[in-house]
Amino acid sequence: MTRATKKKRNEFLYFAMRNNKLKIGAVIILFFLVLAAVGTLLTKNDPETFAGPMSSPPSAEFWFGTTFFGQDVFSQFVIGLRATFLVGAVGGGLATLIGMLVGFIGGYRGGVIDEGLNVMTNIVLVIPTFALLLIISAYFEVRGLFMESIFIGLTAWPWAARAIRAQTLSLRSREFVDLARISGMKPLRIVFSEIAPNMMSYLVMAFILQFGGAILIAATLDFIGLGPTQGFSLGIMMQYAVLWGALPLGSWWWFIPPGAAIATIVGALYFMNVGLDEVFNPKLRET
Amino acid sequence: MSLRVEDLTVYYQTLRGDVRALESATFSLADGEIMGLAGESGCGKSTLSNSLIRLAPPMKHIKGRVILDDQELPIADLHAMNEYRFTEISVVPQYAMNAMNPTRKIGKMAEELLRSRGIDARKALPELERRLDLVELDHDVLKMYPIEMSGGMKQRMVMVLSTLMDPSLLLADEITSALDVSTQKAVAKMLVGFRDREIVKSIVVITHDMSILYQIADGIMIMYAGQLAEKASTETIIHSPRHPYTKLLITSLPKVGVKHDEVRLKGIPGNPPLLLDPPTGCRFRERCPLAFEPCMDVPPFVEIEPNHFVACWKEGGANA
Amino acid sequence: MKRYFGRKLLIYVITFFLAVTIDWLIPRLMPGDPIQNMLARAALNANAAERMYTYYTHAFQLDLPVWQQYLSFWNALLHGDLGISTYLFPTPVVDIIKAAVPFDIFLLLPAILLSWWAGNKFGAYAARTKRLDNTVLPIAYLLTATPYMWLGILLAWVFGIILGWLPIAGAYSYTMGTDLSWAFVGSVLKHWILPFLSLFLVGFGGWAIGMRNMIIYELEADYSHYLEALGAPRKLIRKYAFRNAILPQLSGLALQLGVIVAGALVTEVVFSYPGIGYLILSAIQNQDYFLVQGCFLFIIIGVLLANFLIDIAFVIVDPRTRKGMVGE
Repeated sequence: MTRATKKKRNEFLYFAMRNNKLKIGAVIILFFLVLAAVGTLLTKNDPETFAGPMSSPPSAEFWFGTTFFGQDVFSQFVIGLRATFLVGAVGGGLATLIGMLVGFIGGYRGGVIDEGLNVMTNIVLVIPTFALLLIISAYFEVRGLFMESIFIGLTAWPWAARAIRAQTLSLRSREFVDLARISGMKPLRIVFSEIAPNMMSYLVMAFILQFGGAILIAATLDFIGLGPTQGFSLGIMMQYAVLWGALPLGSWWWFIPPGAAIATIVGALYFMNVGLDEVFNPKLRET
Repeated sequence: MSLRVEDLTVYYQTLRGDVRALESATFSLADGEIMGLAGESGCGKSTLSNSLIRLAPPMKHIKGRVILDDQELPIADLHAMNEYRFTEISVVPQYAMNAMNPTRKIGKMAEELLRSRGIDARKALPELERRLDLVELDHDVLKMYPIEMSGGMKQRMVMVLSTLMDPSLLLADEITSALDVSTQKAVAKMLVGFRDREIVKSIVVITHDMSILYQIADGIMIMYAGQLAEKASTETIIHSPRHPYTKLLITSLPKVGVKHDEVRLKGIPGNPPLLLDPPTGCRFRERCPLAFEPCMDVPPFVEIEPNHFVACWKEGGANA
Repeated sequence: MKRYFGRKLLIYVITFFLAVTIDWLIPRLMPGDPIQNMLARAALNANAAERMYTYYTHAFQLDLPVWQQYLSFWNALLHGDLGISTYLFPTPVVDIIKAAVPFDIFLLLPAILLSWWAGNKFGAYAARTKRLDNTVLPIAYLLTATPYMWLGILLAWVFGIILGWLPIAGAYSYTMGTDLSWAFVGSVLKHWILPFLSLFLVGFGGWAIGMRNMIIYELEADYSHYLEALGAPRKLIRKYAFRNAILPQLSGLALQLGVIVAGALVTEVVFSYPGIGYLILSAIQNQDYFLVQGCFLFIIIGVLLANFLIDIAFVIVDPRTRKGMVGE
């Protein structure tokens, strides 16, 4: 690493440490991550068994109260958190990966390949993919969390592909890329050793947005009963809550935590994203 | 005396400390004068120009005054300066190619700019069209969007827009560097036309291109590393410069009539100092062939003969 | 401009073609005998089941070669024949959709347009206004990150259950006739408020943030700096920045349509609001393939149409597309 890039890194780090949006967002995400990781250790209640009293409000025994069937809401909640992070990581990760592939190839290669990929991207962009997801999900009698994440990733990539293509296009004609090309470097190596590192900030931000997007799509699918057929997720909790009359019964502890957690996690992700944007783009820093 | 700048000092505030981009600049500009401001990139010429019109963070006013037509400008007050911008002092920015709103027709933009100063655009239209003639632009450009214009057209249009209020002083920042050679000459001549027709009283032309200055400037001021080095009439600067930096700068220029790309510029050895932590004394010291003991102190910018100022201990400084 | 529309139209035509093909595949990809499956769900008496089986075997034309099935699907489609629903036998799918569409337009059009308009206005206002930027914008982030159905549930709980001000199910009171009386209009509006609000608020947050970020970019653009150097009033500078920032927001609207469709769907589910979203879910749950096909097709047409309208709007506000300087 040259001295100049090292200096630049240090500067980014300096601004990253000073950026409140980034810090607040990161702390929130970290909190929920830890909760998802160790949450099951905090309670000895099983999420499935009908152990407690029916529809009882939060107490020392049941931190988030119980469902209509007497299940512990808290233990469902922490398991749901895990599902949320898994969908975000797998779905968002896959979408970013496909987006990178399409964006890099299209942007770097240009020509007919780019035209073709562009048309494809625009088509997937225009199709209401959620309606498509509904139908795909309805095909399968048994659905898993992982499968759901894959489907989400397969339909959510066009946005990232577009942004990455535009960036690649602008980097392609830069001097250092020309230099690599003249020195006989293979296109694939150029993309990964010259272009990708120079748009790392973009890739990170694209991943964060896709992560949040995947969480929201999954929650929506789960809520209408087309999510995983086994286990719990925050969306499924909301579905059951509404289905089993949590509203008229006033069991707010059943439907508030899952939705609030999703909103806070995704909101924190978006918040981090704006913070990162300010770190990487000096013009946006508040003066 | 159109413009008087006294002891103007402006720093850039950065993470690693103040960048001392402009140090104690004192000079004046006569009515009707076109003054060239030249120097290598990063020498502070744009800082000087920017602090005259819009001294915004991270720039910070340290000290000094700017007097335009016997009025002191509140240069450190972003808001109070609005009264003088455009009407008394205006700028053709370096980024003139992108200075116009891409989604507004040129005529509409001119209209809105005028209206912001309480001027009815319809009444001003004949004058606007007269000025378009002056820069040889078709009247139809008013119905165009910036993307429909060539670089040269945009440059000339911005010149017209910036001078709509007949400012006393016009700052022209690198107005020719984005243009091809043939357009450069035409645009430079038009700038002179603005002064000759008294649309503007005086002009500061900021450029690193000495050949343009030779054609249009009455006087030239040379800057080095945030400090003024020399100021004199164009003839004097070109033919009998006194500051060692100016001398090196002039000899490194191609001879008049020789095209740039045919001659390799004989650069000046060494690099300008970093302004984050500049050396004390004369900042040219380390690259100067004549440097001696007194150069450890800052040389004053003194008038060694009428209208010829130099900051060098070997020259006027020794007598002061 | 021709090129711009040419490209767009090409994409739309391909998309439509693809979507219709997917639509056609829906019942055919299902495991087992789709008609049997479908009818098994629609618990009917023997007589009706018999009639329906004959009808659907004929309608699906499963006895014909595949390419012929495909062509006659297009043929029926172009004649406005989308088959007959099992779930609401024997109502034609077209009629069911026709009854649902007004509710969607009534709910979605104001929600989309108003949230876009208000969000942009507010975001532009909040940008670089420190007090608002630090107080209201975090709320906007939370709003745009809120799952539509959760906001719907919350609103229903607070305004419907706790306060009891507004109804939380249906599009109008079912005890009422559907004649155009004031009471009926009032009832429709009352049922409309909460689903509208769920869609509006989530959208509002997103647009406000988008606009806030765009404006900050634009205020750092050269043309903004030029205006500042000329001492132009803040109002004019902001106006210019807004004009340029609204363009990506407009294309953003086209990109968001898919998300809005998903949001509308779950919102309709939460409030049992009888639009297409509610319908498609019932159709899926009842394995009513014709109805699923019809709803999917309708959503596609709606989204393509909206995209096209946005393209036209884009040409009106962005001279660059009009002058043919931009490829897409």
